[in-house]
Amino acid sequence: MSAVAASATPLVQVEGLHTYYGKSHILHGVSLTVQPGEVVGLLGRNGVGKSTTLKSIVGLVHAAQGQVLYEGRSVTSVPPHKLAQIGIAYVPEDRRIFRLLTVMENLRVGFDRAGVTEQRKRELLDKVFAYFPVLADRRNQAGGTLSGGEQQMLAIARAMMLEPKIILLDEPTEGLMPRMVSQIRQIIEALHREGVAILLVEQNVPLTLETSQRVYILEKGMVRHHCASSEIHVDHDVIKQYLGV
Amino acid sequence: MDILSSIPWELLLIQTVNGIVTGMILALVASGLTLIFGIMDVVNFAHGELFMLGAYLGVIVVATTGNFWIGLVVAAGVVAILGAALQVSTLRPLIGRDPLNTILVTFGISLILQNYALWQFGTVVRKVSEPIGSYFTLFYLQYPWYRIFVAGLAAAIIGALYVFLKYSKFGVWIRATTQDRTMAQAMGIPVPLVYTGVFALGAGMAAASGVLFAPLGGVAPTMGLDWVLKAFIVVVVGGMGNLGGSIVAAILISLLEAYASIWVSPSQAVIVSFIALILTLLFKPTGLFGTTVTR
Amino acid sequence: MPERKAALSHTTIYWIGFCVVMALLIAAPFALSTFWQRFLTEILIWGLLAMSSDLLIGYTGMVSFGHSVFFGLGMYGAAAALLMVKPPNLWLAILFGLAGASGAGLFVAYFSTRVRDIYFAITTLIFSQIFYVIIFTWTSVTGGENGLLFSRPHFTIPFLVDARFTTATMHWFVLAVVAGSYLLLRRITQSPFGMVLQSIRENEARTRAIGFPVQRYKIVAVMLSGFFAGLAGVLYALQNEFAAPDFVYFVTSGDTVIFNVIGGIGTLVGPIVGAGFFQLLREMLSRIFGDQFPYLIPAGFVFIAIIIFLPQGLLGFARRWLNK
Repeated sequence: MSAVAASATPLVQVEGLHTYYGKSHILHGVSLTVQPGEVVGLLGRNGVGKSTTLKSIVGLVHAAQGQVLYEGRSVTSVPPHKLAQIGIAYVPEDRRIFRLLTVMENLRVGFDRAGVTEQRKRELLDKVFAYFPVLADRRNQAGGTLSGGEQQMLAIARAMMLEPKIILLDEPTEGLMPRMVSQIRQIIEALHREGVAILLVEQNVPLTLETSQRVYILEKGMVRHHCASSEIHVDHDVIKQYLGV
Repeated sequence: MDILSSIPWELLLIQTVNGIVTGMILALVASGLTLIFGIMDVVNFAHGELFMLGAYLGVIVVATTGNFWIGLVVAAGVVAILGAALQVSTLRPLIGRDPLNTILVTFGISLILQNYALWQFGTVVRKVSEPIGSYFTLFYLQYPWYRIFVAGLAAAIIGALYVFLKYSKFGVWIRATTQDRTMAQAMGIPVPLVYTGVFALGAGMAAASGVLFAPLGGVAPTMGLDWVLKAFIVVVVGGMGNLGGSIVAAILISLLEAYASIWVSPSQAVIVSFIALILTLLFKPTGLFGTTVTR
Repeated sequence: MPERKAALSHTTIYWIGFCVVMALLIAAPFALSTFWQRFLTEILIWGLLAMSSDLLIGYTGMVSFGHSVFFGLGMYGAAAALLMVKPPNLWLAILFGLAGASGAGLFVAYFSTRVRDIYFAITTLIFSQIFYVIIFTWTSVTGGENGLLFSRPHFTIPFLVDARFTTATMHWFVLAVVAGSYLLLRRITQSPFGMVLQSIRENEARTRAIGFPVQRYKIVAVMLSGFFAGLAGVLYALQNEFAAPDFVYFVTSGDTVIFNVIGGIGTLVGPIVGAGFFQLLREMLSRIFGDQFPYLIPAGFVFIAIIIFLPQGLLGFARRWLNK
């Protein structure tokens, strides 16, 4: 593909991943990498396996074949909760915040980890509330009472509480109003400035191309195209071919 | 009116107290069962045997140390550890499989535990004396303070459980895991550990109930089955997975049974709980407080 | 051109196997002592009980923990006929027993099928306990704790035969009933009705979505299961000449489930093998370690091990083959 300078060890490397849902063969040998601090986009139509790829990395879906490497070490069979503890955060489609827990409790789950000092907890909370003031206002409300956009913010906020090295973001702008979409863009950019890597699955092509350094395009469970975001734009043939309506 | 005077008011009030006492112990047993089911989808058939083992351990420790309270703590602790060991060895391998497997396995465990007790302790009912021996006058009866105390302590334990679930770190973990096991894992909560901990907690509660009950009814290897059966009824009537519902149902059913005992023999009074179950199944199968919870 | 030898069809092999097993069982009384004859007969009876439960567990996906009530009512029903009608009539005993068990089946089915999965298991358990308490305390009718004693009726075919049962002939009678029940159950599981049951086991929601009245099918399944369990109860009463509340107690239901799981659910014959395995284990252990040995402890370990490591049971590997 194009010349993207590969640094030492990728943060996350997926090699030849094959996964099944029952008898359905969803991923047919997906391979991709994410460098430390990089924002990488994953594009493709509905149902091609983008979410499944993320779930496979986090260990929520069992891979029949292939492996996932994190900082050079194989983590294919590491349980999901351990991956969260070593720096892989996951924000799923439809958010899935804990509806019956308060905002505060949702966040707590993220920083109630070993080795986090009380001071660090306060710092994390302050940071997150600075990013998302509306969460500070609603901190004692049950998660289920928040609006869709607020829940999305909570989902990202609690992922940040894990102090992750990489966040797997699945369709964060789905169902959000334009104003919220631009807020999401700002958050992705802010996280990128902090050095957090992001693997972004999105239907919103312009957003993806603007915020990421590289993109992969998936079709029918395989990577069909891979290049730097600067090399293509929304009207590019490749986009039309794999994502065109 | 003459009818009013023929109602045995004093007896009714005494039975109310008795009903509440038994109800609180039953609530404690049922809470453990509900906790385990609500969080892990495991119907713990062996819950009655954990109750029974707790009672026996309590008896043994009391016999050696002479102190009831040490017996209570040791019994609850040891059975909790036993529960954790059982969960890790027999239930963890079954995670992800059809939940009916767990009811079969816990049935197997109850078989082993009950027969072990029969083998070691024989069928003779053991007696334990109450740690608080004094009485007060309730109408025409000398009513034991111990019974009141048991009700209070059971309530306190349930209250402590509530506080624990609501405010402690592990409590938040438990509640998060109950709501969405997958996302709990994705957030770094060690779900397998949570499961083991919950099972141990439930087992400890069952054992504590057993020790508390021991001075009231004696200890026998088969006592577990009756209690677990009634606890199952309570849990279904109250709404499976609903802690508050189990407690209310436990007290309600125990009260009704206590009243029924005024007119029929105790072994027939259990029909009350059966009727409660039938009515619940007829009119509200999800239980009094049950709602369909989406996972 | 070399002729290809036709492989024996599955059906042929199956029936040959069936005949071989039947032949062995028929010949058994000639080779075994009285003790072992009765032992074998009892295995067949427990096997029938477990087989009836397999219809629910293996084919409909419903675990019942309350089969003891059907077994017990079959027993008490037979007892009622044998005690109330003189001279004691074999066929009346069977009729009464089946009626009692089916009645209980309808009652239990009506309530328990309203709930699913685990709740169903618990509900059947509780209902069988209800019957236990009633039988245990209604001493005037059921003999309470002590149960009922009666004598075995003659084997009669009106105008043709009137003979006492010997150990051997009792064995053959039981064998005929059990074998007949097996064949009947096999037909049922392979019929359209049986196919719907299996569809319910695989995916209840989808079966309902297709349009089948799932609850009605479940009720019929429970009643059928109760029917055959009751038949086992009748046989037990005939074999042992007493009825006792112990058999309505939960332990019998528990044993049934154990036989099913050990033998292999969904195979119909598996449970019979499970019953045999379990009873033999028990007999061996008590011979080696003495009567007081709690044989249920190692049996419990075996049971748990099978669930975890061999969930298909002993005959599970043959499940597809046995059902074709």
